[in-house]
Amino acid sequence: MNIYAVQTIYRSEMKRFFRTIMQSLISPVISTSLYFIVFGAAIGSRIQEVEGVSYGAFIVPGLIMLSVMTQATSNASFGIYFPKFTGTIYELLSAPVNFLEIVLGYVGAAATKAMFIGVIILITAFFFVDLNIAHPIAMVAFLVMTCLSFSLLGFIIGIWAGNFEQLQLIPLLVITPLVFLGGSFYSVSMLPGIWQTIAMFNPVVYLISGFRWAFFGAADVDIAVSLAAIALFTGACLAAIWWIFRTGWRIRQ
Amino acid sequence: MPSIVSVENLRKAYPGGFEALKGVNLEIEEGEILALLGPNGAGKTTLISTVCGITVPTGGSITVGGFDTLTDYRATRDLIGLVPQEINLEPFETVFNTVSFSRGLFGKPRNDDYINRILDQLSLGDKKNSKIMALSGGMKRRVLIAKALSHEPRVLFLDEPTAGVDVELRKDMWDVVAELKAAGVTIILTTHYIEEAEAIADRVGVINGGQILLVQDKSEMMAQMGQKQLQISLSEAVAEVPAALAGYELDRADDGLSLTYTYDTNGERTGITTLLNDLAAAGLTMTDLQTKQSSLEDIFVGLVKETA
Repeated sequence: MNIYAVQTIYRSEMKRFFRTIMQSLISPVISTSLYFIVFGAAIGSRIQEVEGVSYGAFIVPGLIMLSVMTQATSNASFGIYFPKFTGTIYELLSAPVNFLEIVLGYVGAAATKAMFIGVIILITAFFFVDLNIAHPIAMVAFLVMTCLSFSLLGFIIGIWAGNFEQLQLIPLLVITPLVFLGGSFYSVSMLPGIWQTIAMFNPVVYLISGFRWAFFGAADVDIAVSLAAIALFTGACLAAIWWIFRTGWRIRQ
Repeated sequence: MPSIVSVENLRKAYPGGFEALKGVNLEIEEGEILALLGPNGAGKTTLISTVCGITVPTGGSITVGGFDTLTDYRATRDLIGLVPQEINLEPFETVFNTVSFSRGLFGKPRNDDYINRILDQLSLGDKKNSKIMALSGGMKRRVLIAKALSHEPRVLFLDEPTAGVDVELRKDMWDVVAELKAAGVTIILTTHYIEEAEAIADRVGVINGGQILLVQDKSEMMAQMGQKQLQISLSEAVAEVPAALAGYELDRADDGLSLTYTYDTNGERTGITTLLNDLAAAGLTMTDLQTKQSSLEDIFVGLVKETA
C-alpha cells in the first residue's frame, strides 16, 4: 500500500477545499439557513406536525441529506475531473499507485468535505429548531455512509465526464430531482396512492428515511431496508470503479 | 553496460485500429542519453507512455531495472520520471507544493530539503512560492522536470523537452540534461530537432511508422553513414565534366564554376589524390577547395524517406 500517495492526494484535495472556503462552506450554510427561514419558519408554521415532529425539525435530516449528497457528488467528480482537464492525470497514471489508493485519496477527501458540510448544517439547524437526535450513533453512521457512497458516485461521474457540462449534468438532472422527490421536505406517506409506489423506486427515499429514523425514531421504510439499500448502492459504485480501473475506461488507453 | 530499460517486440494498437507501435525492440543502457528521433506521429510518445504505464501495450514486454512494467508496475514506475510533452500543471498550485505533491504520489516521504535542492538546480528557487499560472512557458517546463525528479528516479523520460522553447532556454535545458547525466541518471529524450540529438545524445535511435529503424552510437552512426563532399571551385567555367573525369561522378554546378565530389570517409581510398591529379591533367585550374560533412539531419531524412 502506497500510504504516502493516499495521504498526498487526500491532503492536496483538502487544501483545495480550504483554499475556497467561502464557496465550500459558507454557501451551503447560507443556502440551508434560507431553507430554514422559508420552509421552517415562514411556511412551516402553517403546516401541522408531520409524524409527531414539528415541520421545521422534520426537514432537518432531508436538508442535510440534500446538501451532503450534492456536495459529495460534486466534490468527488470535480476532484478527479480537474486533473483530467488540466492534463495532470498523466502523473497519477505513471505513479506507483493502484486504483484503491487513488480512490481512497480522492473519495476520502470528498467524503470528508461533505461530512464537514453536513455537520455544519446540523449545527446551523440547532439555531433554528428544537432538535433531539434519537439514535446519534446511527445518525453518524448514516451520514458517513451517504458521504462515502455519493463520493464514489461523484468519482465515477468525474471519470466519465468529457467536459464541464457533463460534469454538472448528472448532479443537476438526476441527483437533485431524486433528492427533492425522495422525501426531503415531506413524508412519502403524504403522497397520493400511486406516487407512493413510484417513490419506492427512488433509492434516495431509503437513505433519507433511514437518516430520519436516526433523528426521530420513525421512518417511511424499515431501517433494515434502508441499510440494505445504502449497502447495495455503495457496492454498485465500488464495482463500477473497480471495472473502470481494470479496463482503463476513459483514463488509460 | 547493462540495460536498464528493455523493450521487446512492443506493440500498441489503439481501439480505432491504428497501430502506433509495430514490434519495437530497444535496449537502453544505464547512464546513457538516448535520443529518439522521429517525425510527428512516428510513435515516440506512445513508446514513452507505454514504458511509463500511461498506455497499455497490446503485445510484447517491457522491463525497467529488471522488473516487468505490467506485473511489477510499482517497482518500475518508482524508477522512472516522466516529463510530458504538453505543459500539464495545476495552475493554482505553487511550484513547491506541486513538486512536493509528485514526490508523495510516488510514495516517498516528505523531504523539503531535497525539493529545494532540485528547485535551485533548475533555477526555480526564487519562484518556489509562485503560483504555476504566474510562470513563463520556460519556467513551467522546468517545473515539469522538477516534478519528474522529485522522487529521485534513475531513468528520466523527456518527451520533446525543447518543443517551442527559445534558443537560449534550449541550451539551458541541454545543460540541465548534462548535469543529470553526470549525476548518473539515464535519460531518454524524444525530439524532432536533429541538432538536439547531435548536441547531447550518446546514442541516437530513429523511429518512424511505429518501428525503430536504427539505434546507434551517435559518432559511429555519423562516421558510418556520413559522407563527405569536396567542392572544387574552378577559375574558368566548364560546359560539361571532362570525359577523363567521368569515373568520379562529379556534380557540375549550373554556372559551371564548381564541381562536387562525394566520397566515403571510411572507404579504403577516398580517391581525392587521384582526382586532384586528374583534374590538373585535364587542364582545369582550381581556385578553392572545400569539404563538407553530412549532418545527422541528412542521415535522418535519408532513413525516413527510405522507409516511407
